Amino acid sequence: MSTEVAPTAVPAGPRPRVRVTPARTVTAALGLVVLLSLVRAISGADDLTSGGAISAALLLAVPIAMAGLGGLWSERAGVANIGLEGMMILGTWGAGWAGYQWGPWAGIVAAVVFGAVGGLLHAIATVVFNVDHIVSGVAINILALGVTQFLSNAYFAGRDGGSTKQSPTVDPLGTLSVPFVGDPLASLEAHHWLLMSDVAGILRGLMTNLSWITVLAVLLFPLTFFVLWRTPFGLRLRACGESPTAAESLGVNVYRMKMIAVVASGAFAGLGGASLALAASSFYQEGQTGGRGYIGLAAMIFGNWRPVGLAGGAVLFGFADALQLRGGAAIHALLLLVAILVVLVGAWQLRRRRVVQAVVALACGGAVLVIYLVTATVPSQLTGSVPYVTTLLVLALASQRLRMPATDGMPYRRGEGG
Amino acid sequence: MARVDVRRVLVTIAAPALALVFALAVASLALRASGHSPVDTARAMVTYARQGSTQVLILNTATYYYLAAVAVAIGFRMNLFNIGVDGQYRLAALLSAAVGGAVHLPRPLHLLLIVVVAVTVGGMWAAIAGLLKAYRGVSEVISTIMLNAISTAVIAYLLTPGRLAVSTQGSNNIGTRPIPVSGQVPGLDLIPGANRQVFGLIIVSALVGIGYAVLLNRTRFGFDLRATGRSQSAAVASGVNVKRMVVISMALSGACAGLVGLPQLLGASYSYALDFPTGIGFTGIAIALLGRNHPVGIALGALLWSFLDQSSQILDLEGVPKEIVTIMQGSTVLSVVVAYELVRRYSQVLEQKRVGVALGRTTGATA
Repeated sequence: MSTEVAPTAVPAGPRPRVRVTPARTVTAALGLVVLLSLVRAISGADDLTSGGAISAALLLAVPIAMAGLGGLWSERAGVANIGLEGMMILGTWGAGWAGYQWGPWAGIVAAVVFGAVGGLLHAIATVVFNVDHIVSGVAINILALGVTQFLSNAYFAGRDGGSTKQSPTVDPLGTLSVPFVGDPLASLEAHHWLLMSDVAGILRGLMTNLSWITVLAVLLFPLTFFVLWRTPFGLRLRACGESPTAAESLGVNVYRMKMIAVVASGAFAGLGGASLALAASSFYQEGQTGGRGYIGLAAMIFGNWRPVGLAGGAVLFGFADALQLRGGAAIHALLLLVAILVVLVGAWQLRRRRVVQAVVALACGGAVLVIYLVTATVPSQLTGSVPYVTTLLVLALASQRLRMPATDGMPYRRGEGG
Repeated sequence: MARVDVRRVLVTIAAPALALVFALAVASLALRASGHSPVDTARAMVTYARQGSTQVLILNTATYYYLAAVAVAIGFRMNLFNIGVDGQYRLAALLSAAVGGAVHLPRPLHLLLIVVVAVTVGGMWAAIAGLLKAYRGVSEVISTIMLNAISTAVIAYLLTPGRLAVSTQGSNNIGTRPIPVSGQVPGLDLIPGANRQVFGLIIVSALVGIGYAVLLNRTRFGFDLRATGRSQSAAVASGVNVKRMVVISMALSGACAGLVGLPQLLGASYSYALDFPTGIGFTGIAIALLGRNHPVGIALGALLWSFLDQSSQILDLEGVPKEIVTIMQGSTVLSVVVAYELVRRYSQVLEQKRVGVALGRTTGATA
């Protein structure tokens, strides 16, 4: 309205930071394997690195990872997406509905489409109508729950094996194994040798009995990285999240980019729903998502709005989820792992001469270690909270260098920039 | 001036009305699609709501919905998104129920003790997120989601026989030791002819609403809070300690959340058991949005939400899928905000035209 609009604040330049390079990522992953192996050997909780546990972790990490990837697409384009949970619910329902009638692959397609419809709704609300992103997301979560319950009543109740809360059973999707490696790895794993058996167990978990959805999900990570960080399209999309007015001034159709990003976001969340309904079980069930949409969002923030970090976060949650399902000994051993990790963070802070953070971290690590030593098991009710406590500890103790897209969650109107 | 006021009133009414029409349209479509008559359904809902005992139920549910929504709204006004109200009120309800069931005191002291415990627990649990936000830069969205999950685990751990729970005779349910009569709040006969009583703590709900309005609009703290929510840099420039504000307002939001479980606890169940209502915190988010963080708006939103919730009971008996209510609630939230945006744009265009005319330009060109 006025020509005298104050200039928008110039963000402060990034502080010098440790670059996340592929080499460093691989080193960190290898270090983690060694650590896991040591913890396994010390605690005797063989399930920590068994093929079965790793396989379950992967299976449970996929829905979280897909929700997180959905969040990544949407938030990189500047649209906060708390509606991922709802889009995921739509995905689980679509997978069950199409899956039991036309087979699991149709289920996957339907899940993606249903999720994308949820995304489209969010896109229309936030991009076209400028609705507050959180409001729209919350509304979509409520709507998705209501719509799927309503539709279950109409389409599943009375069908063979179906009820108002569950779809009829879907045929299994089939799994994939790298040939000739399963048995040798299993026998190597059975020896429980330090490091050797652990690596064998992890490899066995990662290479045998993979669901097709898992394979698809893993492939989507490099694809997302390539599209968002290595193509002009991706640059424009991210520009919409950092500075839509700048993008607009260079001729980018910001509305269209945001729409595409949010619809894609819904599709990813829908695929995550499909993995729950078709790979982790074989039917749609009410409440199947269990808040994983939110956890996916958390994994994405944990991963600093980047694919690799997000994958790490998803694996962390999936791993803790899997250990929890498989019993108390492994989760008790996980305490030791957490203690060592937190102490390492403390040592690192000390090296960087941040005394307060270092002392807090070392104290926390010491406390966890004491808990590990004086208890024999973690009470079963508390095991579920381990990933959440870990996330909070990691976020609180690691120095805060998370940076979200500059205009994430902010409204944007064409021609109203400064 | 008078003309502008009339327009403002019209605009204020237009948005919620538009939204309600839209939500009704969505629900009618869904009903039609499933082969039910929207008119009959609406008639059944209204008839049911006319009964005194239903009205009591609506008021009772609205009592705690209102508290939850105010808790969320305190955060919203400060630009903080407290998703953690759910965990805060459940933890607060459990611990205050345990304390309340363990002691025998004169009634005022007993009630005071329970309320203080609830408010403290809720406030401290939320303050964790506030501290993490202020001093470690952890997004309150992620930390409150984590704290929700952690409180679920902690509650499951504490609510076992031998810790805080005792098993109730004749059922699988377990709960805390029942709160003795001195810690209970008698109901009120607000609705004549109803066979139920309204929660006595509805008064607390109303007081919290008034307190919220006074705090925000009539105190220095409220001004700072709103200023920080609107523009953090401007607040810093005028001397507001933003970190302190984050911790305090988060704790305040949590303290309010701590009250959420009390109407049910002290007015009906007298014990925190496995079947204690959950998810009120999330409903609170929707209602705060619906009421646009305004104390009166939230009250209307809470009543509407609670009416829809209760009417789902009768729909079940009528053979109409009761999930239609959830669909209506979701589409109401969405359409309210869309309607406000549409009305805002429309009034902006009107304003620009008016200015154009006043400046002697005949065309009311839009930007």
